[in-house]
Amino acid sequence: MKHTEIAIVGGGPAGLAAALNAAKLGARVHLIDRNDYLGGQLIKQTHRFFGSKEQRASERGIDIARELANQVTASKNIQVMTEATALGYYEDGVLLVEQHKKIFAIKPERLIIATGGAEKTLLFPNNDLPGVYGAGAVQTLVNVFGVKPGKRVLMVGAGNIGVIVSYQLLQAGVEVAAIIEAAPRIGAYWVHASKVVRAGVPIYTRHTIQRAHGHREVTGATVVQLDENWQPVPGTEKEFDVDVICLSVGLTPLTELLWQAGCRMVFVPELGGNVPLRNEHLETSVPGIYVAGDVAGIEEASAAMMEGALAGLNAAASLGYTTESLGLDRRNILAQLEGLRSGPVGEKIRKGLAQALL
Amino acid sequence: MLAQNGIPTPEDLAGVLPPEERLARGPVAIAECFQNIPCDPCYHSCKQGAIKEFTDINQRPQVDFEKCNGCGSCMSRCPGLAIFVVDATYSDSEALVKIPYEFLPIPEAGETVTAINRAGREVGEARVIRVQNTRAQDRTAIVWLAVPKDLMMEVRHFKVKGVR
Repeated sequence: MKHTEIAIVGGGPAGLAAALNAAKLGARVHLIDRNDYLGGQLIKQTHRFFGSKEQRASERGIDIARELANQVTASKNIQVMTEATALGYYEDGVLLVEQHKKIFAIKPERLIIATGGAEKTLLFPNNDLPGVYGAGAVQTLVNVFGVKPGKRVLMVGAGNIGVIVSYQLLQAGVEVAAIIEAAPRIGAYWVHASKVVRAGVPIYTRHTIQRAHGHREVTGATVVQLDENWQPVPGTEKEFDVDVICLSVGLTPLTELLWQAGCRMVFVPELGGNVPLRNEHLETSVPGIYVAGDVAGIEEASAAMMEGALAGLNAAASLGYTTESLGLDRRNILAQLEGLRSGPVGEKIRKGLAQALL
Repeated sequence: MLAQNGIPTPEDLAGVLPPEERLARGPVAIAECFQNIPCDPCYHSCKQGAIKEFTDINQRPQVDFEKCNGCGSCMSRCPGLAIFVVDATYSDSEALVKIPYEFLPIPEAGETVTAINRAGREVGEARVIRVQNTRAQDRTAIVWLAVPKDLMMEVRHFKVKGVR
């Protein structure tokens, strides 16, 4: 049995920030990630981030990932376990981790869950054909492995991810036939949308995919317009000759460990599904278990980094670690988070978070 | 409409374009940013103090056209690639439009490219005058296009010939 002060599950933006901030206060940390690298989804974000200067706005996710991962690796207080999957958390406070075909039992004094989210999918005939991808997979293929998923893509979903992945497909030399969105408005930041539209990709709001075509693989798709009650309008069908259908229809928190730990959960559609109730310290209903990032509610990477920093500071502080600036540091991060969520585009998050407070 | 199809309307644009009189005095930045989103790198990037300080990070950029000298520093810091510089004084018949560009191949000075508008439609041809692509720009090149003057408020993108 390994003992550690703080175990963090997930090495994405939230987990990295949590590890760095807890270690900065002096806590000894185990950072666990199932991939063979740190950075989570950041490692495929080639675009510049929004936000404020303090939140590294205008920097590219890939560069932020590299820098945070280097800092984590260089920290004496952080032990990194990659290719390590957290299998379960048990009543006696033991976290089981599988790494390189061995099982480790880790008993942390505090646990920070930063497992992120998983992509949702969509039901339509033939959605099991090869060529139907999630946007995350397409982004991994293109931006991590340098592999084109196909020649011509239909993007389903005009949220930030759908629009950004469309832009990155264009950058990779892949044609994007159109972006369709069932909602009446584009969910992505409009500047992102304008960027792909002027590069030649039309966006059709109030449109959905009716079916995919093909026998052994995707050869096309039928798209149909929706009326005000989200019902297909007969006669508005459009055919697209595409070999890839990319689904970008939202994310849902990856909460298995939280359920297993007995954290009180609540279904909040605005946050992407079931999320843990948490207090202002990001501590769940189970004392000593903290959450940060998309697992606590689907949001942006910059919010995940700030939540991670808060959870890291709070978990370390609860173990007695402190610095002179601790109070000020916390207040600064909270003020930045509030700023990030304060505008019209943060309304959904604010509404969601209000339902998830302990 | 922008929220439906990603294309700003003439009304959207009317709120951000510099007056004729300012355009007649040389290069100036146009921030085609029409939504209150949490983002402020443009303010921090401007050495002229021409982008008004944000009291709330969700404000839209406000360019002081008198202070702006059209240097373009803000262009490669904008995560939305939404800032352009227009110089209506380039020549008697042509204007310069500076465009942020993140595609390959990056064209070279002297090359003729296909000029594209905000809707993604071809509107004519443009001549590449200069390409800025320094380390400080961090992989967002700025391409200076000479376009007929009547297209200077239309052209916001381009395609390199022979590349889809």
